[in-house]
Amino acid sequence: MKPIIAVEGLGKRYRIGAQSHNSLRDAVASLVRSPFRTFRSNGSENTIWALKDVSFEVAPGEVVGIIGRNGAGKSTLLKILSQITRPTEGRVALNGRVGSLLEVGTGFHSELTGRENVFLNGAILGMTRVEIQRKFDEIVAFAETEQFLDTPVKHYSSGMIVRLAFAVAAHLEPEILIVDEVLAVGDVEFQKKCLGKMNEVTREGRTVLFVSHDFNAVNSICERAILLHQGSVAMSGVTADVTRYYLDHSNNMYSPITWSPRPDDSVDEVSLNSVNILQNDLATSAINCRDPFIIHIDYLIKQPLRGSRFFLIVRNAQGEVVFTTSDYDVMTTEAETRRPGRFLSRILIPGGLLKTGGYYGSLGLDIKDDRVVFAADDTVHFDVFEPEDDTQATRHRRPGAIAPLLSWQTTELSK
Amino acid sequence: MKTTESHTNLTTPATSGSKLETSSTVDVFADAKILIDSRDSALGLHLRELWSYRELLYFLTWRDIKLRYKQTVLGATWVIIQPLFTMLLFTLIFGKLARMPSDNVPYPLFAYAGLVPWTFFSNAITNSGQSLVGNSNLISKVYFPRIYIPAGAVGAGLLDFAIASLLLGPMLFYYKISLTSQVLLLPFFAVLATALALGVGMWLAALNVKYRDIRYAIPFLVQLWLFASPVIYPASIVPPKWKWVLAINPLTGVIEGFRSAILGTPLDRTSALVSVIVTFIILVLSFFAFRRVEDSFADVV
Repeated sequence: MKPIIAVEGLGKRYRIGAQSHNSLRDAVASLVRSPFRTFRSNGSENTIWALKDVSFEVAPGEVVGIIGRNGAGKSTLLKILSQITRPTEGRVALNGRVGSLLEVGTGFHSELTGRENVFLNGAILGMTRVEIQRKFDEIVAFAETEQFLDTPVKHYSSGMIVRLAFAVAAHLEPEILIVDEVLAVGDVEFQKKCLGKMNEVTREGRTVLFVSHDFNAVNSICERAILLHQGSVAMSGVTADVTRYYLDHSNNMYSPITWSPRPDDSVDEVSLNSVNILQNDLATSAINCRDPFIIHIDYLIKQPLRGSRFFLIVRNAQGEVVFTTSDYDVMTTEAETRRPGRFLSRILIPGGLLKTGGYYGSLGLDIKDDRVVFAADDTVHFDVFEPEDDTQATRHRRPGAIAPLLSWQTTELSK
Repeated sequence: MKTTESHTNLTTPATSGSKLETSSTVDVFADAKILIDSRDSALGLHLRELWSYRELLYFLTWRDIKLRYKQTVLGATWVIIQPLFTMLLFTLIFGKLARMPSDNVPYPLFAYAGLVPWTFFSNAITNSGQSLVGNSNLISKVYFPRIYIPAGAVGAGLLDFAIASLLLGPMLFYYKISLTSQVLLLPFFAVLATALALGVGMWLAALNVKYRDIRYAIPFLVQLWLFASPVIYPASIVPPKWKWVLAINPLTGVIEGFRSAILGTPLDRTSALVSVIVTFIILVLSFFAFRRVEDSFADVV
């Protein structure tokens, strides 16, 4: 069968740092400084390859999951496939209309009503007016927003916006549908509905590229998966094999995970040396949700800071604070005196607590009722995954910020 | 690249489960419906694709119109207020105080007939010049021919243009000036004004993505352009020695033409012709320039 997507030697290089001329003055200045060099030829030192030598093919009707950690090149690949950005090298053949859902609600305007946004969004995604009119009732019914159709979207809840946006995109009927992390938002019922819709789409013989770092979602709808690592294809095959491979190798792929401090993570009184995460004595950032793990913080106290307290704020991928912990809660002598010296704090986080997904930790030190000595946002990043797909795994799909494994002790009181 | 050594573990990918039969890749790329190739010179204009997305122009124009007057108290009345008050101001300062000649037409009418196309043009280039940067979230998330963004911004101004033109009726009636057959040329000059605004607007919009200085340069450009065009004064008062300066300004033909179509004054064919040629050149150059750079918008916006 002829592939519907063929990708050959795809690469994308981004320029980083202050090389791009964002003001006319810089452009003129650099032209004056080196008049014989063209604008394009910049030193290779300031470029990174977000994607390098990626090749694969997808057959019509296949549902392929693209997995990989943040920064593995997933979104760059999608941006090239949906023609938002051009590749630096390589080529792609697409044999059908591409509908991309890179971020639901793109093009939704808060001042416009739901009805107006459906038409506008549909047109932006490539539908004709007649097509939108034909599917309008179906879209609205799917999104369950009938009674708010003539209300400006700014009065909608975020869940309603997502539902409406997904509904428009799901009814696009392209031959190739690209979906990126849509299921991370919305309530569980709606997620089920979206998965159902995507299954329906594939039964109609359309091809879906589904990008996610939620293995459970990828496992449940994709027969095949491609694992991206540092911009290249690390593994491609049956989804179950690829996810197993990813979990087996995640330590090799991501260790040693040590976050080096950035210049602003240091103040006169305290500086951060490193932060890393250990699970089962291995440095990693892929956390098995069943087992406990330890966050190590290595820091230097330069001046005595009496009454100060370290805190760690952990947020999930949606930006919600999952918990905040502090060494002030369970007082130690070190925390009490906070004398100068180099210290290592270990924070033990129990297993069977967190939901699957990405987490970001911010670290800081403050003095109660006085001031924040320093704060470093998103210093730590880790992904929690569920190793087995069994009954215990369903707790990750229930509502709630965490999914603790709690004991239920039940005794019979009367017959 | 800290993990290069561990990367060696991953270099033997076991590919399995693919439903694909071995296909000769040359075939696939030769007759692909959509081919994305890094070696593509990007000089292709993709006119067919532009046509298939034509309804988007309508939707973007409609969106810009809808949004413009939401949450404003006076709404679309602003369309009339802007040229009307400018006209009153010009009449007071240039008509009454400076006694500016106006080709034997009452000065208020003279000024308003020039201000209607001018207001359209200046708003159109300002709005389309800002349009790509203002729609950066769309550009970085969805693919569609980007040209419709500045085009939609120009298109949205056309409604204002039409509404503001309507006020010319009562003014002509008041000054007892009747329309001549020259009014039939009005659509032609409206199209010319639109084409010129589109040409300049597209170019400014593309430049603005890369050089944010353009945002500050646009108001300045608009101000200079007003004085370089026969809006306040008639082209006839310019000394013959300097006529050519006015003539190469494509807006001269548009404004003078619009005025003579309404007021029935003699039409300067030469300046109209120069305007058509210059507008055409600007439009074509700016269209090609835009198509050449639009692929990189998502990376820089």
